[in-house]
Amino acid sequence: MSILKKAIISSLGKAVQFIEAYQYPVSVHYCAVPREKFTDAAKAMKNEYALLAAEWATDETLFGRGYGIFACYRWGSEYLIVKIQIPADDPAFPSITNIFLPAYRFERQIESLMGVKPLNHPDLRPWIKFEDWPQDAYPLRKSFDASRPMPRVAGQYDWIKAEGEGVYEIPVGPVHAGIIEPGHFRFQAVGETIINLEERLGYVHKGIEKRFESMRWEDGFRLAGRVSGDTTVAHSIAYCMALESMTGCALTERAHWLRAIFLERERIANHLGDIGAICNDAAFAFMLYQMMRLKEMVLRTNLKLFGHRFIMDKVVPGGVVVDIDEKGKQEMLAELDYLAKDFDRLVDIYRENPSIEDRVRDTGVLKPEKARELCVVGIVARASGLNLDCRIYHPFPPYDQHDRIELDVPVPITGDVYARVKVRIGEVRESIRIIRLMLEDLPAGRLTSPVTLPSAECAGFSAVEGWRGEIIYWLQAGPKGEVNRCMVRDPSSVNWLGLEQAIHGNIVPDFPLCNKSFNQSYSGHDL
Amino acid sequence: MKLYPFVIEILQILVLLAIAPVFAGWVKMLKCWSQGRSSPGLFQPYRDIRKLFSKDVVLAENASWIFRFTPYLVFGVALLAGCIIPILSTDLPLAATADVIVLVSLFAIARFFTALAGMDIGTAFGGMGSSREMTIASLAEPAMLMAIFTMSLAGGTTSLSQMTQVILSGQSVFRPSMAFAFLAFLLVAIAETGRIPVDNPATHLELTMIHEAMILEYSGRYLALVEWAGMMKLFLFFTLGIAAFFPWGIAASGDLYAVFSAFFFMGLKLGIEAVFLVLIETGLAKMRLFRLTEFLGSAFLLATLGMLSYFILE
Repeated sequence: MSILKKAIISSLGKAVQFIEAYQYPVSVHYCAVPREKFTDAAKAMKNEYALLAAEWATDETLFGRGYGIFACYRWGSEYLIVKIQIPADDPAFPSITNIFLPAYRFERQIESLMGVKPLNHPDLRPWIKFEDWPQDAYPLRKSFDASRPMPRVAGQYDWIKAEGEGVYEIPVGPVHAGIIEPGHFRFQAVGETIINLEERLGYVHKGIEKRFESMRWEDGFRLAGRVSGDTTVAHSIAYCMALESMTGCALTERAHWLRAIFLERERIANHLGDIGAICNDAAFAFMLYQMMRLKEMVLRTNLKLFGHRFIMDKVVPGGVVVDIDEKGKQEMLAELDYLAKDFDRLVDIYRENPSIEDRVRDTGVLKPEKARELCVVGIVARASGLNLDCRIYHPFPPYDQHDRIELDVPVPITGDVYARVKVRIGEVRESIRIIRLMLEDLPAGRLTSPVTLPSAECAGFSAVEGWRGEIIYWLQAGPKGEVNRCMVRDPSSVNWLGLEQAIHGNIVPDFPLCNKSFNQSYSGHDL
Repeated sequence: MKLYPFVIEILQILVLLAIAPVFAGWVKMLKCWSQGRSSPGLFQPYRDIRKLFSKDVVLAENASWIFRFTPYLVFGVALLAGCIIPILSTDLPLAATADVIVLVSLFAIARFFTALAGMDIGTAFGGMGSSREMTIASLAEPAMLMAIFTMSLAGGTTSLSQMTQVILSGQSVFRPSMAFAFLAFLLVAIAETGRIPVDNPATHLELTMIHEAMILEYSGRYLALVEWAGMMKLFLFFTLGIAAFFPWGIAASGDLYAVFSAFFFMGLKLGIEAVFLVLIETGLAKMRLFRLTEFLGSAFLLATLGMLSYFILE
């Protein structure tokens, strides 16, 4: 029996009720506990050193039963989802923020968008919801009409304040110089030393989760592909995998392998861009332009072989819609040879330059214990010694074929900008290696398999390692088999908190460098 | 044909106004090439300045006269400095009115007003930039003065054109004190003109800026003047370095032919110096802000060593 399952049964006894044949895949356990036992369940998970992967709410009015609050825990390769049922006339639930820090924003978000109040939560300011929205506007509730414009009311957001001699505030954003997404950062600093950073996000809230509910199952993958443009492949794969697990659709080997090739190409392209951009923020522009050149080459090959620079909309439920032929295979192998050679040369330049090393070492340190406390994921977690790679732990196909695809990514423990660059460099090399492996060994088969529609009242879960980290989708079918809820958890939803913590004690001019080394998505977080 | 000294003075100002943007364009061009890019061309700074002049000024409501006056002052200071530094010829009438200490103070006035203007609007970035700029100034100015005093000792004068004439006449060539002073001047010049590894002239990151943070709120013709003055400052520091350390080619008289050849040598030397600047800028990342004290401290140390070696060795 799985460790988490055992832990929750031994702690809660008869109160916990495992529900079979509701959620897929069956490897992800799903249980219901009474509302008042929610914190006990969280404590039991904490005692097992589990991490909180996500927490979300559903409106289950259509099933005739109020709201559902879900917490998804992770330990190694295991996932466990704990659900509590909330009656419609008393929308409140016990907060687990005191046990799991990342619940801090998840619960604020639940309060803001679903209107279910977390009791004993230390900070109930709205999150993502804006102060000029009406108090009772809860967009994720079924009773909310998303087709009408929202009326505006007067309101104010209460920032955290710091006072004292020599303390001053630097408000940055939401609109920044340069082509990046909007987000507000407020620094409290003494001289050049940052004593606190407060993030305010939500400026690119597009109502994506609500929009999913009015879409057909077979169209949702397009929207998923637009949650965060730079992670389009990973998000579509995650959506499709969740849907496929609900409907029992089995993909051909070839489809799995092609998806993995797309995913790794996305990883390479983004990591190349990031490594260059990090160096550029330390005014080492040479690296930016050279890395951008390599990234552009990867994107152009994508366009040529797959018809889109970012391979958007090429992963569909049931498989993929583009294939690669022998000529394309040779072309990609040649491109990878060139890429690997040039990348190595550039990495040597980066490594042998003491001035850049001086900037990235010991800057923006996220200590391993802090990383664990914040349950960060992906490259940020790996740079702090916490390997949560879904390709290795809880592997999804084709990465579950360990004899054919073996991954070896670096997991440094220093948690500084240097470590996050190091992880990226290692991952680019690994991705190049396994794309070669997969190309040489590409199984034959159809590209798509037929997908049936999910039956009423079931749910699907998926976790995919995108280039930023673990992406989680949780789909729930309504009483008529329609989309009742689509929960999207981009890695940014948890990693933004990591940036706030990593910046403490750094100096103001080092912030861009730290921020770029995290490079979290605003769009994926704001949804 | 002999030119009147005042004609030379006017010629110098014209050269300063016209060549400074070209020089900035040349530096940019070299930088692009060194990074493996194609460049926007030698005359891009002209196009930028023209564009800025044709744009409207957006002024903060609470901007005082300091904010509006500063661009003109900064521009004027750059012009004045161009009259003192022997760019083409040492035969400058205005050079008698101001020596090298005045030159340093002129730059200090421009910096003082820029810092005030940065704080005038009351944005966080402006204040941050001003505070950083003054930190640098407090370290760079003593080092700059020390380097210049070393040169004055060698030349026996604080007047720039006389110093240049002394070197030109071959009375003091390649002394150890001059080598030290040159190195110190180099470090200070990088800091003063806001180049990598001290400041990044091409950044858009408000939080890391120094000089750019102070002028962040300028637009339209004000920004054009400030940018142009920035290019002139870069040009002036290079020509100052040439006049103080490698003056060969600068005309010692008002002879038209000599002035013409001085112009040619100036172009040649600037072209070569830009290559060295770009090599530094491409090969180095920006320093952490607090490394600046070490950087400018070593400039001061080098200048002091230069002065000591003058007394001990020469």
